[in-house]
Amino acid sequence: MPSRSPQNSNEDQSMLLKRQLCLGIAVALGVAAAPAWAETLQVTIDKLVFSPAVINARAGDTIEWINKDILAHTATVKGGWDVMIPAGKSARLVLDKVESADYYCRFHPNMKGKVTVAGP
Amino acid sequence: MLSRKTAVLAAFCLLGTSLTHAADKPTDPQIAHIAYTAGTIDIEAAQQAVKMSKNENVVGFAKDMVRDHEAVNKQALDLVKKLKVTPEDNDTSRALAEAASAERSKLSKLDGAAFDKAYVENEVAYHKQVNEALETLLIPSASNAELKSLLETGLKIFQGHQQHAEQVAAELK
Repeated sequence: MPSRSPQNSNEDQSMLLKRQLCLGIAVALGVAAAPAWAETLQVTIDKLVFSPAVINARAGDTIEWINKDILAHTATVKGGWDVMIPAGKSARLVLDKVESADYYCRFHPNMKGKVTVAGP
Repeated sequence: MLSRKTAVLAAFCLLGTSLTHAADKPTDPQIAHIAYTAGTIDIEAAQQAVKMSKNENVVGFAKDMVRDHEAVNKQALDLVKKLKVTPEDNDTSRALAEAASAERSKLSKLDGAAFDKAYVENEVAYHKQVNEALETLLIPSASNAELKSLLETGLKIFQGHQQHAEQVAAELK
């Protein structure tokens, strides 16, 4: 399995194990395997910085922004999704389509991030 | 009449002039007062815009300014309380407040698209001036590390506001 991003490469092995386990359970229960593969990728917002700035995901994964600032932010793609992330709260988005999207904060356009979503 | 941009520039030049005498470098209590005053000015300008503008983007931007500057000013107050620093009024704060009052009265005579254009263009210019003052004078002069850090985060926020204001200005054209 290719590394998803430098941030979670160390977790790949255990993640792989978890995924196999999930897949096993999914197969045993006779449900579709795809959702069991999905994981949640976290992006922390601190002092107006998305970290990590670049996220590599697979379709079906969820991205969760954790806002540590005292300000509300958004994760917005021009002509695409627009996620409100209230001050001190978190917000999630299911990445359901294959895309490579540059996103920014509508309130502070100097905040920028990128999400690349590969096939499931 | 002196434009807000010129007046704000003049206010910060006053601070710059005093800096030519090293002993007159603004103190932390003065810096805290200037930063708080600059935030309050933008909140008041935004409250006027929320009342006067019918443009959805302009009102939305103004509400963003109220929310962010109130949050930053609350954090500034919490910090000065923690540091037991009493913000100290000074010539720069007074000049900023005077310039802002002149600008509000100028804007109050406008309406519709003319008001929107004047408000948003001033927001671009005002944030630009404040950011320059933060970068070149206030941040380098701050001696307390926590105050300096708050000013640095403030600079990032206000640089974001400047870009946001530039986008709203471009949409008005």
